[in-house]
Amino acid sequence: MSIVVNKRSVDFIIDESVDRLLKRMNYTFPMVIVKVDGTLVTRSRFSSHLIKDGSNIDVIHLTSGG
Amino acid sequence: MTECFNEDKNARLIGRSDGPFETNNTKHTWDLEKLRSGHRVLMEYEYEMRPIDRGYAGRFLRVDLSSGSVEEVPLTDDIKKKFTGGKGFGLKQIWDMVGPDTRWNDPENVLALNSGPMNGTTQYSGMGKCLSTTISPSTNVICDSNAGGYFAPYMKFAGFDSLAITGKADEDVIIFIDGIEGKIRIETAPFEETNSHLLAEQLTHLYATEDTDEARQKVTVVSAGKGSENSYWGVLNISFFDPRRKVARLKQHGRGGLGTVLRDKKVKAVVARIKGFTGMENNPADIDKIARTGIKHHTQIRDLDKSQCNMRTVGTGNLVEIMDAYDLLPTENYRFGGFPKASKIFSTEFYKLFTQVIPDGCWYGCTMACAKTVDGLLLRTGPYKGQRVTVDGPEYETIAGGSNMSLWDPYWILEFNFYCDTYGLDTISAATTIAFIMEMYEYGILNKERCDGLEFSFGNADAIMQFLHRIADGDQGEFIKVGARGARRIKDWLIEKDWGDHQLIEDCGMEVKGLEYSEYVSKESLAQQGGFALASKGPQHDEAWLIFMDMVNDQIPTFKDKAEALHYFPIWRTWFGLTGLCKLPWNDTTPITNPETDEPAKVPEHVQNYVDIMSGVTGWDIKGSDLFDQSERVYNFQRSMNVWMGKGRRMDDIPPYRSMGPVTEVEYVSRKDRYDEQLKDKLGLSEEVIGKMSIPERILLIKEFRYDQYHKLADAVYCRRGWTPNGVPTPEKMKELGFIDETEMLETLQKAIDSDDEKGLNVWGGKYTEGEDTPSEKQRYWE
Repeated sequence: MSIVVNKRSVDFIIDESVDRLLKRMNYTFPMVIVKVDGTLVTRSRFSSHLIKDGSNIDVIHLTSGG
Repeated sequence: MTECFNEDKNARLIGRSDGPFETNNTKHTWDLEKLRSGHRVLMEYEYEMRPIDRGYAGRFLRVDLSSGSVEEVPLTDDIKKKFTGGKGFGLKQIWDMVGPDTRWNDPENVLALNSGPMNGTTQYSGMGKCLSTTISPSTNVICDSNAGGYFAPYMKFAGFDSLAITGKADEDVIIFIDGIEGKIRIETAPFEETNSHLLAEQLTHLYATEDTDEARQKVTVVSAGKGSENSYWGVLNISFFDPRRKVARLKQHGRGGLGTVLRDKKVKAVVARIKGFTGMENNPADIDKIARTGIKHHTQIRDLDKSQCNMRTVGTGNLVEIMDAYDLLPTENYRFGGFPKASKIFSTEFYKLFTQVIPDGCWYGCTMACAKTVDGLLLRTGPYKGQRVTVDGPEYETIAGGSNMSLWDPYWILEFNFYCDTYGLDTISAATTIAFIMEMYEYGILNKERCDGLEFSFGNADAIMQFLHRIADGDQGEFIKVGARGARRIKDWLIEKDWGDHQLIEDCGMEVKGLEYSEYVSKESLAQQGGFALASKGPQHDEAWLIFMDMVNDQIPTFKDKAEALHYFPIWRTWFGLTGLCKLPWNDTTPITNPETDEPAKVPEHVQNYVDIMSGVTGWDIKGSDLFDQSERVYNFQRSMNVWMGKGRRMDDIPPYRSMGPVTEVEYVSRKDRYDEQLKDKLGLSEEVIGKMSIPERILLIKEFRYDQYHKLADAVYCRRGWTPNGVPTPEKMKELGFIDETEMLETLQKAIDSDDEKGLNVWGGKYTEGEDTPSEKQRYWE
């Protein structure tokens, strides 16, 4: 069982929320946009939205730096 | 090592208190009459005072120090249309006054300090930037650099959109722009200090109309320092008087040696003074539109910054922990992208040292207010040892420079920051060069004897500080002199001496075009490798920062995607330098609705804000694409000037391998899984074959592959930008951008293309296999 995060295959974990996934991926940058199977997940739902097996997730880090 | 390591660190910072604010800095008493007595007026010029017209003062100022003359040049509609302002004006001034063979220390070289049409606006964040340009000692092409502080707005309020300084004075002088009396003066200045933290203080007091904080706030000083006299890393410090701290604080034009040029011209400082100003000083066409836009943006920063970049609290230092987490924080001369000790220099550590006096911006009306200070810092080395001072910053680049030198003590980073600033040295170039020296020291290519007695092991703060002090002292040691000229000159020196493997030296020294890299590890982001090496002035991140988009998000997987990003972002980001704006309020804060937009990385709402403010100031009927067009013109003009000056070809855009991949075995082994995986995925090697290869063999294969990828990227980028496959903007492209009458420029470009044709250089740089697409079907795609 796996999910795809930013086009890379990653193990699926049961009952994993978006914020837990971000933590697992070490995605610490605060300005990210998360889309699960193309649908936007707002920041307020990061802790409640659970990832399903086979999901395709985009974690878009907004350009920063400089 | 210097003492104070065992001292209670809290005792070094006694400026923080909950009561009336006191920096506890060392107090200086100046004999202002004595300083004033040394001022002989060499030239005085009266000019007509007149109001700004919709963001433009309407004239350039040219000061020739050799002849002692001043000239006003009217700002025509044609110049506005083609160059907009800021960097565009600087390029125009240089183009008008230098030849293709002019070098940085020729009297003809121009140091141009420039404002922009929106510069000086107080209703929106980040609108006080000065953008300066010159022929750089590091690169011998144009370098531009920007900084906050009050100079650019005050220069414009005093009556000028751009100041070009040419020639050389015979003795130390001050150029004084008096926006109260309407006079320009060149005055001798024999008695003032040269180092900026003291000089800015003296001149602020000297030129204030009365002995009040209010009067001091109306004076701004541009200065460099003793280090600028002996190094190619000279910065311009721009002052702004902070009435809470009673300190003339400093913001730096860091890159490219602008301060070196200032001191080469024997200018001790440029001072501008105004009577005062209001939020209407630009005489904007529609102040209500500007105010409405500003309120929306201020509210957004106030509400969201804490959960976004936290700029208001810790400034750009917030990036240190982020870069460390993503393997992007340069450590030990970019060998690694993170380090276990990195938490010692996270922004949380600097937060403990920052004096939180909010608002703390470097221009009026900036809600982002990311200019942080540490007050009452007790210095441990150098001529000011034992004194307590204010340090502006450190910003991300300076902290990461510390990481690059393996400096994990915030206090040493602060001391490095302070002395670089006051000596007029760029923290980025200094740190990147020193990190390179340290690596060469580790390999035995350099040693104590070759380093004029300095023990440059990684993390040796004492050696770092002694190096800076000896540069400022004008030490004539061979190493000190060469080292102060930066990574490129050290490479040449080491190779000439034949002290080590030439390829290793070339690969490890992080510079392109002669300018040192800024502080990000770009090994795993091809787009960022291009962002650095393809930048016209040299590898500075303000043109493009694409690491997340490329390496983390995987949003731009193809060469075409990366080329599109390397077309859009460098050109868009250039726009801030045309208009007198700071880039940070564009994308270091984003609206809450930004995720729902089609292109969130471009922050469309903020782009529209800039359209509204520009039209609100100038009265122009414009849209988003017009801003891009303004920038594309200047971006291409700068590249064309590089070509005119003998650079601006593919060979000038080749990165050192350290910026692209693992140079040494220790780097490879530290990320072995990653690189072995790439040998499998990208090069199609089996595990068995990889297992039989030595690490050096694997490094070589990856290196060949990555350089080919880089050349394919350059092919795609040049094509997207409308340049030849050798990187030359075509006359066709320049005409399309509106440069019809610039005959000399158009002829220069055509000659360069013809010359490249004769040499067989107008060909793709990548090795394309059958079935692999080139950026266009024909190589002469512009015809």
